[in-house]
Amino acid sequence: MARWGMDKWKHLGLSFFIHLFLIVVSLSCLFPLWWAFASSLKTQGTVFTDLSLFPKSPHWGNYYTAWVQADFGVYFLNSLFYTVTVVLGVIFIASMAAFAFSRLHFRGKNVLFFILISTMMIPIPGSFIALYVLLNKLHLVDTRLGYILPQINGGLALGIFLLKTFFDDLPKELEDSARIDGCGRFRVYWHIALPLARPAIAVLAIFNILAVWNEYLLAMLVLSNKNLMPLQRGLMVFQGAHITEYPLLMAGIVITVLPVLAAYLFLQKHIIKGITAGAVKG
Amino acid sequence: MNLQKIRLVAGNYVFILPALLLFATFSLYPFFKVFQLSVMDWDGISPKMVYVGFENFKDLLFDNSVFWLSMRNAAFVTFLALTVQNSLALFLAWCCDREIRGGNVYRVIFYLPPVLSGIVVGLIWNWIYDGHYGLLNHFLHFIGLGDLSRAWLSEGRTALIAVSVIHMWKGFGWGFVILLAGLQSIPRELYEAARVDGASGWVVFKNITAPLMIPVFILVSILTILGTMQIFDIIIATTGGGPGYHTEVPITRIVTTMIGSSRFGYACAMGVVFGLVLLAVSMIQIRVSKAMRQV
Repeated sequence: MARWGMDKWKHLGLSFFIHLFLIVVSLSCLFPLWWAFASSLKTQGTVFTDLSLFPKSPHWGNYYTAWVQADFGVYFLNSLFYTVTVVLGVIFIASMAAFAFSRLHFRGKNVLFFILISTMMIPIPGSFIALYVLLNKLHLVDTRLGYILPQINGGLALGIFLLKTFFDDLPKELEDSARIDGCGRFRVYWHIALPLARPAIAVLAIFNILAVWNEYLLAMLVLSNKNLMPLQRGLMVFQGAHITEYPLLMAGIVITVLPVLAAYLFLQKHIIKGITAGAVKG
Repeated sequence: MNLQKIRLVAGNYVFILPALLLFATFSLYPFFKVFQLSVMDWDGISPKMVYVGFENFKDLLFDNSVFWLSMRNAAFVTFLALTVQNSLALFLAWCCDREIRGGNVYRVIFYLPPVLSGIVVGLIWNWIYDGHYGLLNHFLHFIGLGDLSRAWLSEGRTALIAVSVIHMWKGFGWGFVILLAGLQSIPRELYEAARVDGASGWVVFKNITAPLMIPVFILVSILTILGTMQIFDIIIATTGGGPGYHTEVPITRIVTTMIGSSRFGYACAMGVVFGLVLLAVSMIQIRVSKAMRQV
């Protein structure tokens, strides 16, 4: 009996230290974000001296200034537009291709699938140089389309892979009965396969939302017109021009982070599912 | 009949046509174009493109010490990410693998930095490291180590380490999630059996957990290497490669060569060499891990 007691104490002690450690790490994750938020509510005069985490007289007006005068409103709407168009583009184009690779028969199917997927594995740093040259040739530099199309393409490999795996697992009877009812390929795709693929589409959506919202390199290369820039680019432009206006920069950061935070908390189960599915399948 | 069959086959191709068009234009074409441009001398604008053979590669391999310095810098960050960041991730995953209260809350929090952009993370940390107003210096003064305070990102001695810390802060949660999923896929019965046999925690880890986790370790390591070697956003938002060349990395060099000096051909040669290095590293990694698994 005494030994049982010892073990229990040891177990409790271990649990305590584990929680303590996990909490410290958690705080280190949260603190910089909260710090940025708190600072966004201070003024230029107090921001370097007032180190409080809960500013006594919060200047919410900073957000108005950042949104209107520092152009973060424009950047925000651009980011929103790019994210929505790219994500919708990826979902439709990838799901159509995945449906064909899984359910339809045509020549060169396996080779094409292999080539499409292999780009997911091979790193080609520097291909952005050639991409820029190409966009230049197509007169797509400094246009919205020139920023959107390469990113839709960027999401295809993962999308086709995810959705094909999903379609492969769907029972064939569903499709057969629909075919007997006289549904063509397009109606089977649109009315049966696509609605059923909702869980896989959610995984695909959240990964692409994060990728597009957080993209910087392509925006830096392709977009120099301020009216077309997304938030990440806008943040860098603002920092370059007003390096010391910390409250406004921090307000811009909060404006940039909030939608990501919302999307993440709302869809976090799908993220975990997506990553772990990828990891388990290797 | 024949016409109907053609329509049927054509219809199948319609499904993959949009994907193929985008892929051919924005993936395949640039991929081959990089190799073509890498043997050219070209400023990116003028119609005149001069074939120079392997001159770009020769110069890059033998006369461009800054490029290799940038490679070494990225390798340094990668080394820290592989050791410190992934050990932390594994330890945290081990902590959360047991029946622990609030395990899901920790998971949501640890994956928060990975969903932020490198730009946002870099800009916030700029302030933490700032020489005048930085929180880190405030903290050091507070605990009586004020002598250590400095402008962390603008001193050659500390810049690269400071950037590495940012990168690891942003990245550990990602490794944590994959490693935790790996740990949770290990059948609990194995642990039960080992405990009945009286095996200690370390022995269990060494003989059960580690061998079963090798495929996950390989995956995490390769992705860490590929991701960290191509670090860019955090650098551009903090040091921009400075001071001097202390935090230059391959991608910043490629971008500078391309936009800054308008040497598109040379930049492509850098991309090719860098790509081959990455490929070689992942191959070696896979080989080594396979050998390890057989031991």
